[in-house]
Amino acid sequence: MRHFETIVHDKSAAAVGRSLKHESALTQVTGRARYIDDQPMPGDCLHAYPVMATISCGKITSLDTSKALAHDGVVTILLADDIPGINDIGAVFPGDLLLAEKEVCYHGQPVLLVVAESYEQARRAARLVKINYVATSAQLDIHNAIAEQDWVRPPFQLQRGDVEQGFAEAPHRLHGELSLGGQEHFYLEGQVALTEPTDDGGIFVRSSTQHPSEVQHMVAHALHKPMNQITVEMRRMGGGFGGKETQAAPWAVLAALATYHTGKAVKLRLARCDDFRLTGKRHPFFNHYDVAFDDDGIVKAADITVNGNCGYSPDLSDAIVDRAMFHVDNCYFYENVRVTGNRCRLNTVSHTAFRGFGGPQGMIVAEAIMDDIARYLGKDPLDVRRANLYRPGREVTPYHQTVEQFIVADMMQSLCDEADYAGRRQAIRTFNLSSPIIKRGLSMTPVKFGISFTVQHLNQAGALVHVYTDGTIHLNHGGTEMGQGLNTKVQQIVAHAFGVDPERVAVSATRTDKVPNTSATAASSGADLNGMAALNAAEAIKSRLIDLLVNEYETDADSISFENNSVRFDGGEISFTELASLAYVSRVSLSANGYYATPKIHFDRASATGRPFYYYSHGVALTEVEIDTLTGENCVRRVDVLHDVGNSLNPAIDIGQIEGAFVQGMGWLTTEDLQWNAKGELASSGPATYKIPAIGDTPAQFNVRLFDSANPEHTVFRSKAVGEPPFMLANSVWCALRDAVASVTDHRHNPALNTPATPERILRAVTEEKQWLQAQEAVHAE
Amino acid sequence: MIEFLLNQTPVQLDAVAPNMNVLDWLRTRNGLMGTKEGCSSGDCGACTVAVGEWMDGHIHYRTMNACLLLVGNLHGRHLITVDTLTDAKELTVDQLHPAQRALAECHGTQCGFCTPGFIMSMFVLYRNEPKYPGKKKIIDALGGNLCRCTGYRPILEACEQMYQYPRSDDPFRQAAEAFFVQRPKQTPSLKYNGQNFYLPQSLADLLVLKARFPGARLIAGGTDLSLEFTQALKSFQVIISVIDVAEMQQFNCTGAGITIGAATRYADFVPGFVEHYPEAAEMLHRLGSAQIRNAGTLGGSLGNASPIGDPAPLLIALNATVVLASVNGERSLPVEAFFLDYRKIDIQPDEVIVRVEIPPRAEQLTLACYKISKRMEDDISAVLLAIAFEQIEGRMINVRTGFGGMAATPVRALQLEASLNGQPFTEQTLQTAAALIPAELKPMTDVRASRHYRLQVCQNLLQRLWLERSTDTIARVSHAAL
Repeated sequence: MRHFETIVHDKSAAAVGRSLKHESALTQVTGRARYIDDQPMPGDCLHAYPVMATISCGKITSLDTSKALAHDGVVTILLADDIPGINDIGAVFPGDLLLAEKEVCYHGQPVLLVVAESYEQARRAARLVKINYVATSAQLDIHNAIAEQDWVRPPFQLQRGDVEQGFAEAPHRLHGELSLGGQEHFYLEGQVALTEPTDDGGIFVRSSTQHPSEVQHMVAHALHKPMNQITVEMRRMGGGFGGKETQAAPWAVLAALATYHTGKAVKLRLARCDDFRLTGKRHPFFNHYDVAFDDDGIVKAADITVNGNCGYSPDLSDAIVDRAMFHVDNCYFYENVRVTGNRCRLNTVSHTAFRGFGGPQGMIVAEAIMDDIARYLGKDPLDVRRANLYRPGREVTPYHQTVEQFIVADMMQSLCDEADYAGRRQAIRTFNLSSPIIKRGLSMTPVKFGISFTVQHLNQAGALVHVYTDGTIHLNHGGTEMGQGLNTKVQQIVAHAFGVDPERVAVSATRTDKVPNTSATAASSGADLNGMAALNAAEAIKSRLIDLLVNEYETDADSISFENNSVRFDGGEISFTELASLAYVSRVSLSANGYYATPKIHFDRASATGRPFYYYSHGVALTEVEIDTLTGENCVRRVDVLHDVGNSLNPAIDIGQIEGAFVQGMGWLTTEDLQWNAKGELASSGPATYKIPAIGDTPAQFNVRLFDSANPEHTVFRSKAVGEPPFMLANSVWCALRDAVASVTDHRHNPALNTPATPERILRAVTEEKQWLQAQEAVHAE
Repeated sequence: MIEFLLNQTPVQLDAVAPNMNVLDWLRTRNGLMGTKEGCSSGDCGACTVAVGEWMDGHIHYRTMNACLLLVGNLHGRHLITVDTLTDAKELTVDQLHPAQRALAECHGTQCGFCTPGFIMSMFVLYRNEPKYPGKKKIIDALGGNLCRCTGYRPILEACEQMYQYPRSDDPFRQAAEAFFVQRPKQTPSLKYNGQNFYLPQSLADLLVLKARFPGARLIAGGTDLSLEFTQALKSFQVIISVIDVAEMQQFNCTGAGITIGAATRYADFVPGFVEHYPEAAEMLHRLGSAQIRNAGTLGGSLGNASPIGDPAPLLIALNATVVLASVNGERSLPVEAFFLDYRKIDIQPDEVIVRVEIPPRAEQLTLACYKISKRMEDDISAVLLAIAFEQIEGRMINVRTGFGGMAATPVRALQLEASLNGQPFTEQTLQTAAALIPAELKPMTDVRASRHYRLQVCQNLLQRLWLERSTDTIARVSHAAL
């Protein structure tokens, strides 16, 4: 394996480091960008739609499909017995059924599949199927699941130092608990797949998926076919955010099942309300912490438990709760620490990947701890945060990875200066003293997010690059484009390698027959992995071209440079196009695949030690909010962000990721309120009741800057991953809201504020603070 | 038959399902895939289209959600979709509409799925506002378009940037002018598989139709009723659209008060209404989204009898009357009496809501109208409180309240009113009265709010009323949508 040195020497001329537009921007703004539902369909294309269970837990006693079968246009109704292969699409562990067999595990679970001539017919007929059940008691409360040790996977623990001794020796101790809501992905394009039979008995699948290889595997397993008969293509998704990592597969596999049985093309697209009911969400968590600290607020011992609500099956929950555990420290060194992670089983849809992958639910605990300590000691929370930062001598994480880069302190200082933390802290104190109803809050929180899949073998990628004789380049890689600008970045990397304009590099749809055995585009790893694989492919072709020039012009290889669509060497220059033609007539291959596997990483689960992360991405956010103590209404007045993306591959795209992640994180912590009713049915099952941030929620002042710092690790052009880390910058919103609530008691008491911090929860917290104050005054009066 | 202009092409239709919405029609019958389905419930704006109408001697374009707009309601109108803003074969930035160019250049697209909807909202904004109108109007125009990727900052920037480019002629302009010169003449209708869609052009025709088809569903903007089609998958034998009934389009303000036609869209009466009742401006601007306000009507809101429709509490507090008509004549009743029970209203099968009448504004009127929701924009109220009273020598008289979200219907709180009537307008009076609310109103706990929160907020809002009207205290957060 080769790791190329990829420092950008001259940013002005290079393709890498420039703020190019998204490669699809012009087709997107004209409405010409095709998503799967926009693809022309064969004339006899059929439509499939699932029939959903109407209980949360129990046994199916009988099915009556007669009315549905009699509905206009219905072709067939398929059930679990019609699956020729395996009825399980569990990505890592078994347990995620394609269609329920005897048991129902969550409200809405697909039981049957209606296949009809039109989308409307399939949807209507699906509602005509009558299912009889014997309902049994459903597990719908995480506290019950914890008490009963009802897990989808065994608990896991991280430990470093002697926690008991730490507690015994420290002068102060606090504990707290925090319920965190889940989050619906609300990708604007819902789940959709289109499958077509091929004439050799295979199936061609178009799926809006972050993981084409997994869809290929699942279709093959379910239909009992070899993988080489299944091809999956994905050009672009209308948003993913983790919600199409495993959750795209069932719909593609069901459509393929219908194609298998009917021999026709089949489309399956979930209506938005059913997409809400049938696909997993960000895991809700219930966390608690017990910390001991000294007079300066330095944490001496921390005992933290995170309980993830996994839903009914494992899906990716093992790794998600792991990542929550790996991030309960955030940027802070706990001298002695124990972290316990539980994977709770509940009778809801199986919760899944969502930007941050458990990291946000873990990391926010660290911020709660810092704020609690600060208020307990009467200190500014920023001082307590700074005092606890990892630094040389205090650099080992709870999982025994050594932190090697310490830029957070500098970033915090820089943001303090730029955004006038001290002045605004004082101004807010003054404002709050004179404003009885509207209260302001301020908080600066940092982020340190581990980059790499924590499952080691997933950290690999492939790419395929062709140079044509006209000097244009075709690029394909294993990553998927969901809006994050991955294709644009990889296009820039390849253009940079060949020294040509990015417009010469055409990125094509991800396909399992071009680059096989890929990992999901997830864990923020898209550009790190696929960018390096594409670079390796380009460099392989380049080295052949260099050999050719050395032979042809008897020049020195070291003198050859690829720049400005041209190749210069000692004694001459040739255009890149001419060189491509020359290579062809000289019978030099102009095609190469590239491969990359992340170095250095390892983790031993038995001892809970290792280096799960190649490196960390960092960020710091300072957020100012306002709350109405009569109604709980609130707003974010100003946000300042400083974020570390290493050497940016494309600053505009990186800033777009940071801003978008921040607002998405803000939504998770404020307005996005998932609710299940007493029967276990999702009550907030559409955008009428589930509110993601709208345009007016964008912080009125929103300043985002990239921190100028190369990745010390040998990543592609020394860049860093950006997809997930900035999501957690929004922790500053929650902390600032809590700061505003705490102003009611002059910051003498730690408010309880579960998330999402809706107006209702904020008003409840304010009311509790007022009651605390009255109780204090009563004590004083006595 | 109905006739309309689709982008640059005149269209005549007669056999289309009455419940067919424009989004499905574009995508499944015309292969026009630029308009996207994000939710099919009018909540995301991905399917935003522009609808042009002949108004006061020119073509006025407004945004609407194609998923809520029935094809029949396009009659006599110009439908513009994203597909027509640029007709260049090879795309370059300078061939784009300024809205498209700005969004691309400002990095305002990521996944791109919401993009066509944003483009259409920006396009209409650009047409209707000759120069950058300021952030408040941008937010007002785009509050019904959800983006999950960008965080909106680059989109806000693009709305400013689009005014920096040279204005270009629209490719559809000539076709539009030609279409509106020869407006369709015949009585429009659609027929499909025994189902009928009628578009009466006069009140007399409407009343005759309603008498003939008492079971028919009336539709105006369809912003609520269309959910029956897209979510509940219902279809009705007969749908009668009231959007072209001239007598129901009015907004009049005279010495006798204000009259608002039942089919007058919010966008058409709110600007005039808030001149007289500026206290209601915030609520009316937060009612739905621009797309909803461009299509929705008072008649629709009252007729669907939702307990959480925003206008009813305000109308109740203003002592408004709803006027119903049938072939047998008119009758009117107070808005609060119109609501009988959850989703039940006092209307006969042959009756139609024709207008709402609001008495003249009292000289000493104090009015407050507070909407509380999880999200500031395009959200349904957890609580809506409207209160109106006159102040004579410091005392409150003729107190009227209207509450939304606090019962199975929009309601008055009579005991609360009685306790305020004749009392001095003081913090103490309001506090004492507020304490009565939990005994009088019995709201539910649901997905939007708990019973406890609803009651607590109602009480606190009376404190807000005092603070806002009698003190300098800042009583509102500085949210951009307020």
